[in-house]
Order: sequence, then structure tokens, then C-alpha cells
Amino acid sequence: MRRRLATPRTGGLLALAVVIAVLPAFLPNNFYFDVMILVGLNAIVCIGLNLLVGYAGQISLGHAGFFGLGAYSSAILTSTYDWPPIAALLAGAAGVGLLAFAVARPIMKLRGHYLAMGTLGLGIIISIILTQEVDLTGGPDGMPVYGFSILGWEPSGVLVWYWIVGGLLLLTVWLALNIVESPVGRALRAVHGSEAAAQTMGVDVVHYKVLVFVVSAVLASIAGSVFVHYIGFVTPSEAGFIHSIELITMVVLGGLASIYGAVVGAAILTTLPQLLTFLHDYEMLGFGAIMMGVMIFLPRGLVPTTARLLRDRTR
Amino acid sequence: MREIYGRAVTGVLSALAVLCVGAGGAPAAEPIKIGSFLAVTGGASFLGDPEKKTLEMYVARINEAGGVAGRPIELTLYDSGTDAKKAASFVKRLIEDDKVDIILGGTTTGETMAVVPLVERAGIPFISFAGAGVIVEPVKKWVFKTPHTDGLAVRKIYEDIRANGHSKVALFAGSGGFDKSCRKNAHELAGKYQIEIVADETHGKGDTDMTPQLTKIKNTDGVQAFLYCGFGADAVVAAKNYRQLGLALPHYQSHGSASKRFVAGTGEASEGMRLPAAALLVAKQLPDSHPQKKLALQFEADYEAKYNEPISTFGGHAYDGLMIAIGAIERAGSTDPEKVRAEIEKTTNYIGVDGIYNMSPEDHLGLDTNSFVMVEIRDGDWQLIE
Repeated sequence: MRRRLATPRTGGLLALAVVIAVLPAFLPNNFYFDVMILVGLNAIVCIGLNLLVGYAGQISLGHAGFFGLGAYSSAILTSTYDWPPIAALLAGAAGVGLLAFAVARPIMKLRGHYLAMGTLGLGIIISIILTQEVDLTGGPDGMPVYGFSILGWEPSGVLVWYWIVGGLLLLTVWLALNIVESPVGRALRAVHGSEAAAQTMGVDVVHYKVLVFVVSAVLASIAGSVFVHYIGFVTPSEAGFIHSIELITMVVLGGLASIYGAVVGAAILTTLPQLLTFLHDYEMLGFGAIMMGVMIFLPRGLVPTTARLLRDRTR
Repeated sequence: MREIYGRAVTGVLSALAVLCVGAGGAPAAEPIKIGSFLAVTGGASFLGDPEKKTLEMYVARINEAGGVAGRPIELTLYDSGTDAKKAASFVKRLIEDDKVDIILGGTTTGETMAVVPLVERAGIPFISFAGAGVIVEPVKKWVFKTPHTDGLAVRKIYEDIRANGHSKVALFAGSGGFDKSCRKNAHELAGKYQIEIVADETHGKGDTDMTPQLTKIKNTDGVQAFLYCGFGADAVVAAKNYRQLGLALPHYQSHGSASKRFVAGTGEASEGMRLPAAALLVAKQLPDSHPQKKLALQFEADYEAKYNEPISTFGGHAYDGLMIAIGAIERAGSTDPEKVRAEIEKTTNYIGVDGIYNMSPEDHLGLDTNSFVMVEIRDGDWQLIE
């Protein structure tokens, strides 16, 4: 029993569920709920991205593009075409999945810097389209989005949104842990280690790369859809290059190849700008110093390094 | 025994609490909380930075002079980094956590529009420093703004074109929100000023060569004046290409180009260009009878003395926003949101840096074309046109 609780799959998931359940008692007002909701949504995207980057060893510098596509699918389909929000969300996720599937084969043939360039290009193309198609997307100034509704029920108030996002986060973590600990996860790690060796062992390298790319893109798209309904407004900066870099930074900071690392990284990078406002003009300086400190002293990321330290001590 | 002791302590504590509440109830010490979010960093920092400096300077001055009706001002200012998502997050913080009485700021139209639903829901007066007309058209109950709109600029330019006896205009616009809005206004207002748009070209954001579109305009018959809708680097490219093609028609741009950076970037190419601008830009050239002259000169002197850098018209948006807010709070005699909102709406004949404001329930900007002066770029400097 104790042993089972110490595994990330049961113990970790349970701990996360407890944190999500208990947290509202410590949040003094709606603003803190708002920050936590953004943490949850960023964490969902980062978990998907970490499957791709941390486990399969494939970089993506265009993930905000998928987030933005999900966001704009929901925005446009519900506002302009009067679709039910849940249908728009699913259509957006399916569309993004198809797009990711279509581009995955050519893009996943690339390696290293070329792969980074390929995904970077894809993200920038999406961002340009969203900025330039003014009649459809409202252009650089963005467009307003109506609230969410499922079968006539409309979530209102931050507490309801908190539970929705918290539930989605738990579901995503559970899904990701299952992928990681299944044959698919082992295949992904084999691909990360050495593609040639994986292939010799009978792993269909291309298949698994495409699969994980599509899964991470769909997760980003769903998070984007939920995000716009919660915020009520969307601008092309959601799909921009800077946002892609932010997402990658969260993953690297929290720890590559660590599901909880993605959650921790998202939590820190989302709350840090709010915590550092007391520094006023030196906010960016403080932000940079913290990032550098973590990268120098904890090069494998926060969660894997801390986990290793704890393990060494208990041994 | 222990119980009696406990009761005694409780009694003393509650007595103290009553005393504290009594002392805290005096209204004199309670600060007026002004919240602000500005694009101090990021793409619009050239707008947000002077706005922040202006707000900080004047809040400090007002507090030194004893505050507003004996109450000091407490300014809470966040840097939105020119990001609408961050802006929305900070506005939630201002409303929920800092519990501010009024919100000033929102450097760009995107940031402003992202927070409009939030302030409308919370019922807090909000004065934006962003340009586009959509912010106050249609009128939103709690939202006001101080800068001139693109529509006002187009009106002023059309007045000048007509005054020079021209009517056939070639229009060239970028793809940004301001650019599009300006182009739309140019089309809608053309009829009213008996202007005919004979050529209408657009370019993408960040284009580095616009000669194809300008060549088309050059080859269009009967063009009498050229109007460009846009600002920033695109406006510089447009002006340079225009000059390279040897076009000699009267060249008009919007107030978005009314900065020394634009003049420096275009150099020779902007000579003779005309644009509508706030009186602040040519304060020294204004006739002494001009109602804004004294204030504009004072603002220019204050700003340049404190920060040792030339003024831009953008700091003026922040100055006017702050003064309109303070005027409303003084008249309302409290910081009750509904009363302050009603008083902002009643702002009449307020002489500001950007113009003379007359707000009403139908007009949450309160400026007309008289708030602009027409300037021409001569020898790399602004020249007021009568």
C-alpha cells in the first residue's frame, strides 16, 4: 500500500487532487482564483508539450499556434456562427488534430535545429493568418467571446471555473501518466534515447512521433478553447511566438520528462509576474535572475532535481 | 479563575477594537485608490512609458499639495507588457484584490477592449488611454477615453483637403486595428465632405516594400491628395516609398505619426507632409489667445524638467485622464463608483492637454475636430498651419 502511494500514478495524482480541493480555502478573493485558473490551463498545455519534448525528445516552438487555433475556433464558431460552445470546442480540437496529423509527417522527419525551425515556422504562419484575416478574426485587436455553456448550463463565477479547470487538469495528468507508463510511453523514451536503436527493436518511430505530436496539439487546442470562454476575449498574441517560448520555458523550468514538473513550471511562471510586481521597474530583472538561478543550480528542472535529492536522502 | 481572566482579556480587547474602529472612521486619512495598467514594456512601450511617467509625476505633486479634498491618492500601477491577457489579469487584481475606486490606463486598443467586460461587470469607472473609436462607440456605461479617435483625424484631414480645394483622394492603409478603423472612417465620411476616393490600396503589417501599391496610385488619373492610414514602422516605409516614386501630391497622415521618432525615421521623405496633432506638439507656436497654450507649455516644462526627455502627445492622454478623474471625484464629494461615473459623464469645458472636453451620456470622449491642429513637417520640425 505504501509503495503504491509513493508512485506518481496513484500517490502523485491523489496529492494533486488534495491540493486542488484544499486550495480554495486559502484563496482570499477572486483574483487569486483567476490566477489559479490560468495556472491550470497553462499546466494542461505544458503536460501535452512535455510528452512531446520531455518524453519523445522532439522540440516544438510553435505550440502556442495550436492553443491559438483552439481559442479562435471556439471564438469564431460560437460568436459568428452560433455553434454550441461544446461543439465548437470539439470541432476545434478535431481540426487541430487533423492539422497536426497532416503536418506531423513532413515536420517529424526533421531533427534538432531543423525541427525547431519547422515548428517555429508553423506557429508563425498560424499567428500571421490570425492577425491578417481581419474580417474573420478581428485582426490584431482581437475579438470578444461569449461564455461557455453545456446543455443550457452556464458556468459563472470564478469558483465554478476553478472546479472545471481543476477537473480538466486532473484528467489530463491521469491521461498523461497512463500514456507514459504504457508501451507507448516506453516506445517514446526509446525514440528519445536513440531513434536507430528504437527502430532496430521494432518500434515504429514515425508512428509514435506523429501520435504524440497530435496528442499534445489537441491538448493545447482544448485548453485554448476553455481559456477564451473563461477570459471572454481573444487576441492573436495567444498564438504568438512569445507565448510558444513561454510554454517551452515552463516545461524546461519544471523539468523535462516529468508530468508534475510541467504543472509546477506552469504554476511558477504564471504566478511569478504577479508576485514580483512589488519590484516595479526591476520586475523583469528579478524574473530573469530567478530563471538563471534555477537553470544554473537545478539544470534538470525543479521537480526531477528535487525528487532525486529526496530519494538520495531517504536511501 | 482562568475563565475570569479570559473574560477580562476579551473585554479589554473588544474595548480596544471599538476605540480602533472609532479612530479609523475619521475620513481624512482614507486614500483615494487609483488603479492603472499600462504597456510600460513590450511593443507599445513608446506609448506606455510616457503615460506612466506622467501619472507618477502628477500623483506625487497632488499628494505634496495635500491630496484631493484632504485625501491622498494611492496609485497602484501594473505593467501589462502590451499583452491583452496580462492586462485582463491585472485589471481583475485591481478590482478584486486592490479594490481600487477608479481605473485609468489601457495603452492599446487591444488591452482596453479585453478589460471592458470586466469593468462593466464590476461597475468601476474606467478611463482608457487608447486610440480607436470602438472603445466608446457604442457608448459603454463605465468606459471613457481621452485620446483623439481615428475618426476625428479623418474629419480634420478632410476639412483641410477641402479647404485647399481638392476632392479626389487616394487612400492607402495598413492592416492593424487602428489602420483598418481609419480606412473604414475614410470611406464612411467621404460623402459628408464631398470627397471621392479614387484609389484604395492596402498593405500587410511589417511590409518592407510598398512601391507596387504606390505605383498603382501614381498611375491613377485625377488624384489630388494622398491619405495614409497607419503608424509606426509601416508609416515610415510608406512615406519613404512615396518619395522614392517621385509622387508630389499633398501627403496626409494620421496623428499616429505625430512623433519625433517618425520624423527622424523618414528624414527628407516627410518634408511637407501634413497631419492632425494635439496642440501640445506646437505649444510654443500657438497664439496667446489659444485656450490650451498655457497648460500645454506648463505640461511640457514640467515633464522635460523632471525626466529630461522631449514630450510626446501620449503623456497628455494620461494627464487628461487623471485630471478628469480627480475633477469628477471632487465634484462627487466621494469615491462612490456611480456618483464618480455620473460626474465624469458631466465633464464640461475641461481644458486639457489633448483638447477641450465636453462629455455627455452619448459621448464618452468629449472631443471634436477643434481639439486637433493641422501641422506640417518643415525642416524636420512641426509647423502650425492656420
